[in-house]
Amino acid sequence: MLEIRNLEARVAGKDILRGIDLTVKAGEVHAIMGPNGSGKSTLAQVLAGRDTYQVTGGTVTYNGHDLLALSPEDRAREGVFLAFQYPVEIPGVGNTYFLRSAVNQIHKHRGEPEVDAVDFLALVRDKMKLLELDESLMTRSVNEGFSGGEKKRNEIFQMAVLEPKLCILDETDSGLDIDALKIVANGVNKLRSKDRAIIVVTHYQRLLNYIVPDFVHVLSAGRIVKSGDKTLAMELEKDGYAGILEEAAEGVGSR
Amino acid sequence: MGTPATDIEALTSQEYKYGFVTDIEADSAPPGLNEDIIRLISSKKKEPAFMLEWRLKAYRHWLTMTEPKWPNVHYPPIDYNSIIYYSAPKPKKQLKSLDEVDPELLKTYDKLGIPLRERELLAGVAVDAVFDSVSVATTFKAKLAEMGIIFCSFSEAVQNHPELIKKYLGSVVPHTDNFFAALNAAVFSDGSFCYIPKGVRCPMELSTYFRINAMNTGQFERTLIIADDGATVSYLEGCTAPMRDTNQLHAAVVELVAHDNAEIKYSTIQNWYPGDKEGKGGIYNFVTKRGKCAGVNSKISWTQVETGSAITWKYPSCLLIGDGSIGEFYSVATVNNYQQADTGTKMIHIGKNTRSTIVSKGISAGHGQNTYRGAVKMLKSAAGARNYSQCDSLLIGDQCGAHTFPYLEVKNPSAQVEHEASTSKIGEDQLFYCRQRGMSMEDSVSMIVNGFCKQVFKELPMEFAVEAQKLLSVSLEGSVG
Repeated sequence: MLEIRNLEARVAGKDILRGIDLTVKAGEVHAIMGPNGSGKSTLAQVLAGRDTYQVTGGTVTYNGHDLLALSPEDRAREGVFLAFQYPVEIPGVGNTYFLRSAVNQIHKHRGEPEVDAVDFLALVRDKMKLLELDESLMTRSVNEGFSGGEKKRNEIFQMAVLEPKLCILDETDSGLDIDALKIVANGVNKLRSKDRAIIVVTHYQRLLNYIVPDFVHVLSAGRIVKSGDKTLAMELEKDGYAGILEEAAEGVGSR
Repeated sequence: MGTPATDIEALTSQEYKYGFVTDIEADSAPPGLNEDIIRLISSKKKEPAFMLEWRLKAYRHWLTMTEPKWPNVHYPPIDYNSIIYYSAPKPKKQLKSLDEVDPELLKTYDKLGIPLRERELLAGVAVDAVFDSVSVATTFKAKLAEMGIIFCSFSEAVQNHPELIKKYLGSVVPHTDNFFAALNAAVFSDGSFCYIPKGVRCPMELSTYFRINAMNTGQFERTLIIADDGATVSYLEGCTAPMRDTNQLHAAVVELVAHDNAEIKYSTIQNWYPGDKEGKGGIYNFVTKRGKCAGVNSKISWTQVETGSAITWKYPSCLLIGDGSIGEFYSVATVNNYQQADTGTKMIHIGKNTRSTIVSKGISAGHGQNTYRGAVKMLKSAAGARNYSQCDSLLIGDQCGAHTFPYLEVKNPSAQVEHEASTSKIGEDQLFYCRQRGMSMEDSVSMIVNGFCKQVFKELPMEFAVEAQKLLSVSLEGSVG
């Protein structure tokens, strides 16, 4: 589904990604781990097409498309979803209205009719239960006045409604207490399927107790320095990043 | 050029070379302004003597005034002697079908979602629909008349209800009020008049069905609305369709009077031609709008969506005289390209326990300059008065500007004034968030902007609100990316 070859990117004149190689197949869950400043979030943003990040080299192929040639909205319509580390507030724009517009953009892109308001509400109710979100959030503005945990759950809720093909979770666990973490993980696990790939970007192994990955990659100074299965994450938890990072000659970039 | 006063004096001291009498049958008066022109306007309109006197008084006062320089807008000097102040209403050139209309204009109508029939009317196509509309209008007028509501053109009101005109004309905006109001008083062509008798609730949004007809009232328009004791009325002015006009200067006056327990809601959508991308050729819109809450517990509410004009100078205000009266001002002002807007409100609290609310949303894009200017005055008599003001500015791009000038004057210690202000930019993060959910750049901008304006849009009558949203998207097209 996703082929990343020698991807290099910079932000604000600073090289962050220095040659990422990664292959993700449908049905797989990959965890990207690494210390702060290693480029985890940059990778997530570059895949979603944020133009404050400049791709300086390499290729990304997504279901046969040159992903880097697509606008952010076209990537989204093609099924790439980024669960934001810091979900953005949009005052005055209703959460339901926002999500329905997003769904309709995807329908339009596929040449399907717009979703009926009644059907949409039924779908939304169902998925809200999954994420244990209060219905009152739907009548509020997008992320406005949401607690940190509500914002993160709202991201996964949007993901559940939009049913993307490639899900990228950018530090979705940060700022979540253990109960919220379990709810979020449960929501993500319900979305696991043989047609869908999930990339979980995280600093801590904790989330991976609940979303068990097929592969774990350790990122350092913009490169994947080690890959393995879920036991790699446990190793990291035990020994910290230091042991693994000795392999990487370059120091850790600051944030 | 020199000051208009000296120019006009110079002109009036000359002999009037075109000759008053011979010209009377002509379609339009020669450019320039003097007492003879005002007599011509008044006589063409067959006005009673008191109207002519009033106009002349205004004119003589105007000669002593100078154009205001305090607004935060810049434009080349206006030559008041090059303006034609009277011209007989000329029927527009009629087109046979929409096929003859400028395709660009049709595209805009389409984006705004203007109903087909109205498109034809707006573009000046001669079809049966025009007659339909007139008959619809006639039906509604008959219904209003049954309830004792007077709703007609200003000229008709002068003919048929001189006692009301005499009583109320200039009672809120006196002819001495300001430079543009004085000019308007001297030369105004026509406008609307509305009187709601005691205890009557006007059953429909006034002018929804008439907006097409009210289109060609010209550059010096005058509106007078009176709600008698316990009456209520909601009045809509303007249209989302882009309005072009060969007259660059527009100086309208609107006066509202609310008696005991009466309520007037006045909504405006203004989309005059803003000029081209370099800012050339747009309309100067210098308007004086004021409402008088004369009676106890009366209420006047202004809602405006300003997207057009090269320059907007406009402060819909409320005089809160009656005890317990309420004034409201909800505004969205958008500037793009080289547009300039200096707009806001004045709330003058005179009566006890008077309340006012100000919500102003300014959006600046391109090289646009947007100024909020508001005054809240609590006079000594205004015990227990309260005001809440909120002024938010949204910037799109880094070439535009937003400015806020709130003036507060509180002379009664029991009065409360609250002011909140914010300035924000459309965030790159907000845009990216929307786009990552599949929205195009333009849809994202329009969604964020409409969210920003929601507080004001919800004050608009339903169908107007929908049009306003679309209008905003069209006005800001191409402002990002």
